[in-house]
Amino acid sequence: MAEPRRKMKDLRKQPGFDFMAWFCIVFLYAPIVVLIIFSFNDNRSVVRWTEFSLRWYYAAFDNEGIRNATIVSLKVAAVSTLFATTFATMAALATTRTPPFRGQMLSYAIINQPLMIPEIVTAVATLSFFSIIKQLTGVTGIGYLMLAHTVFCIPFAYMPIRARLEDMNLTLEQAAADLYATPIQVFRKVTMPLLAPGIVAGGMLAFVVSLDDVIITLMVAGPGETTLPVYILGQIRRGITPEINAVSTLLLLLSIVLVSAFFTLGNKKK
Amino acid sequence: MAQDTADMSGKSAKNMILAEGVTKTFGEGDSKVHALDDVSISIRENEFFTLLGPSGCGKTTLLRLIAGFELPTKGNILLDGQEIGHLPPYKRPVNTVFQNYALFPHMTVARNIGFGLEMQGRSKSEIKQAIEKMLALVQMEHLANRQTDQLSGGQQQRVALARALAPHPKVLLLDEPLSALDLKLRKEMQIELKRLQSETGITFVFVTHDQEEALTMSDRIAVMKAGHILQVGRPKQIYNQPARRFVADFIGDINIFEVDLDEVSGTTGRVTLPGGATLPADLPEADVPAGAVSVAIRPENMRLADARDSAAKLKGTVTNVVYFGAGSNVHVALKGGSEVIVRTTGEVLDDGHEVGLILPDRVQVLVD
Repeated sequence: MAEPRRKMKDLRKQPGFDFMAWFCIVFLYAPIVVLIIFSFNDNRSVVRWTEFSLRWYYAAFDNEGIRNATIVSLKVAAVSTLFATTFATMAALATTRTPPFRGQMLSYAIINQPLMIPEIVTAVATLSFFSIIKQLTGVTGIGYLMLAHTVFCIPFAYMPIRARLEDMNLTLEQAAADLYATPIQVFRKVTMPLLAPGIVAGGMLAFVVSLDDVIITLMVAGPGETTLPVYILGQIRRGITPEINAVSTLLLLLSIVLVSAFFTLGNKKK
Repeated sequence: MAQDTADMSGKSAKNMILAEGVTKTFGEGDSKVHALDDVSISIRENEFFTLLGPSGCGKTTLLRLIAGFELPTKGNILLDGQEIGHLPPYKRPVNTVFQNYALFPHMTVARNIGFGLEMQGRSKSEIKQAIEKMLALVQMEHLANRQTDQLSGGQQQRVALARALAPHPKVLLLDEPLSALDLKLRKEMQIELKRLQSETGITFVFVTHDQEEALTMSDRIAVMKAGHILQVGRPKQIYNQPARRFVADFIGDINIFEVDLDEVSGTTGRVTLPGGATLPADLPEADVPAGAVSVAIRPENMRLADARDSAAKLKGTVTNVVYFGAGSNVHVALKGGSEVIVRTTGEVLDDGHEVGLILPDRVQVLVD
């Protein structure tokens, strides 16, 4: 290895670095820490600490509204993750396993566009689009919500899958074909097993994104289709309670687990 | 044209691979590139055949056409008498050792080796037997259950070889498989490859840009340049009787003299060196027109002599002596300006020494 021409300046030695770093960390996480602390408060207040207790967690589990909303959230997230990941995998294969074609960059842009459009625009558009379909067909149900979630989850699932495919050595697939594997066998025995961590990572990201969504859900969800974030939002209008803190803490915990798993899988080099 | 003179190695003369008028182009319009231009070649059964040339000469493209990763734009490829030019890779009884090995990272060494047989639908016991045999062949028995990323470069190389040999293909294709190894390991693997080839009796087609590697291992070599095959022959032929100036230049050190050719008769003639001395010459093809031609003489085929020696047909002055262990390359400036290299294992001369050069009995005429 050649010597670097100039020794890299260590940013950590710059004046004010420690202060800025701590300022950012505190700014980002202090509110969340407060939320977590007060979820264990044995008191109705969310500003005055009295004593440690799990009563708000019990209360949350007892609350039928929260229970139902959780079930709806998990159902919608599971179904939309399944479909979004499938479509994202197909899209990633189609955009990386073909010779370069005209409009390749355009196709990336189209797939990732939902990330750029303001969510409120998508939400309003989806609402009016679904209204037309409902009027024409008379079909209602939770399927619309799942469909809407699937759509905005696709770009999130697509990114890690495509990254994984682009990392993958193309000669591995050629080697398999050279060793008498038919195209289907190449896919099953080589492409899929090597792609799996990317698909799982994409799926988890999609799951978290679906679980978190408020704006589109608020517009599209019908009666009895209240998801957990939407329920929490509704409760807060009537004043914040430690019960909400408890639910939020649990939701946070789930997100942390999934996102950590996402990074672990994403970094696993193979 | 390059002549493929009779083979004296005693190997079967049956053709294993026959390429007829194969052309491969990439791109279209202005950016169209002829990777191979009307190439015809025959590779015999049980032969260690090397495609040698600089990068971009089309050697890898030819290999990929035989493997089936590319399809020919024009022409036919026959394998053991059957046309395969348009079959997909998985339908060809041909296996490849890739330059970067391309071992499956999610499988153990044993499963990598068994992959081809597994895809062919062989029985479990047959696959197990074959894996054991292959592991023994490449001396990797103790590493059967390792993941491939825990292996050294040389070990990965052996696994790649075992994997490609396990289904017992009719032809094994090797795409510069030794280029990633260090010199010592490369020398070992050259001998190892030669051993594997004779033990398995499989036809090897080896691609390299390393002329020494080609000379060491091959039964026959095809020298390629810019999508054409310039000369096919045994290593000794390629080295001692290069037909083309490019072949002479590409392989080893060589001195090229501009001379006058006359008395042409069939594939022999007589050349007149600048200085007046004449020598009998071999021609690469019949009836080369008389006149100005080039001849090639290897540094080790000339001897230094006393300047007054009557057998010395050329005279000059030593300008530089490069010592390389087993001998020295003596640079001699000839009367008339040009410089030649003479290899000697004898006494080391001082710069400025007047010397005579004793030339070989015959010289080889080159065509461009």
